Amino acid sequence: MISVYQPGSSLVHRTPAGLKLLALLGFTTALLIWRSPITVGIGTLVVLIGFAFAGFGIRTLIASVWPLRWIVLVLVPFQWWLGGWRSAVAIVGTLILAVAAAALVSLTTRMTDLLDVLDRVLAPLRFIRVDPERISLLIALSIRVVPVMVDLMHDVRDARRARGTERSLRALATPMVVRTVGYSQRLGDALVARGLDD
Amino acid sequence: MIEFDHVGHSFGERRVLEDITCTLTESRIGIIGANGSGKSTLARMINGLVHPDEGTVLVDGLDPARQGRQVRQRVSFIFSDPDAQIVMPTVGEDIAFSLRRRSLNAEETRERTNAVLELVGLDGYVDHPAHLLSSGQKQLLALATVLVTEPSILVCDEPTTLLDLRNTREIAELLQALPQQIILVTHDLDLISDYDRVLVIDQGRIVADGAGAESCAFYRDLLGVP
Repeated sequence: MISVYQPGSSLVHRTPAGLKLLALLGFTTALLIWRSPITVGIGTLVVLIGFAFAGFGIRTLIASVWPLRWIVLVLVPFQWWLGGWRSAVAIVGTLILAVAAAALVSLTTRMTDLLDVLDRVLAPLRFIRVDPERISLLIALSIRVVPVMVDLMHDVRDARRARGTERSLRALATPMVVRTVGYSQRLGDALVARGLDD
Repeated sequence: MIEFDHVGHSFGERRVLEDITCTLTESRIGIIGANGSGKSTLARMINGLVHPDEGTVLVDGLDPARQGRQVRQRVSFIFSDPDAQIVMPTVGEDIAFSLRRRSLNAEETRERTNAVLELVGLDGYVDHPAHLLSSGQKQLLALATVLVTEPSILVCDEPTTLLDLRNTREIAELLQALPQQIILVTHDLDLISDYDRVLVIDQGRIVADGAGAESCAFYRDLLGVP
């Protein structure tokens, strides 16, 4: 669900990061306030136009919401049963559109530009001794560790398979915890060494 | 100039450095020693990642324990595992991230990023996802992220451990061509055999200190390896 920036020169790419974040906020708020199948229909049109303007095809759009498939599979029948098909379309549609719109922003905006906006928005927090750059760093790290943890999980799964302990939860959890702690210690050292903690 | 004056350090009960005194002024300095000999701890003291229990470390007259920020503006550090050094999703962004606290405008940041990418041979990778690089390319990126800040000293703690022969050569040639003072901790004697000075660490003490070839020969004798 976290998309990596794809370079481009489209209007969407050139739009300032702050404006895109504001548009994303407005879009998702509108979806939530006027939650209905019609809003979802209009929202779908907006997202499709946004992706087309940014030069991305339907494959990129589907890939950006694909990680939601299991949630959708559970949510649709549950919401249908709870409030009928309109409710299912409105709630699940809103969720999918919000993720797709957020993906469009991250696909067309450099992380550094997003962090700059965040720094500016959070600047008033300096008055209560909160460092906005530290919060930006935290967000960048949260996004960064996702692929690292996925790689780590693959390694641990392979090791578990190699030892013939595929079904052992302990053989998965213990090395994951140990390696995650090790990684975070090395990451901490690297951040200090890069002067990002000063 | 890096000065160690009667430096000692322990991790709990384990004594890792004992009475280290030396002044490092040469351009290319290697540190070798067996696993657990204390060489990495010694290197980490140079930019304040580890503070000595006894004695003092000074970098250009600055104490890394008390003046860490100023020291880290001069001293950069490269680790064995480049994955732990990469913070941002793309190559260009990760390099630019090092410059966040330098108050540069976007154009200056872009210019310096492109220049350092060209230097390490990663030009054309500016928008490439960092986690999809090969191990060698990740190490080159890690090197680029520190070189972009223009340090005067570069400490490298086994930077080629996870690399194949070709990538090891590439990193070694790149390091050799840099204008910075290099402190290279390694097990690969080929990398430092022509260095100006090589320290051999054994059980927390400097047991040999001389020109590259001389210290490497001493170390081979010490290990009993021809």
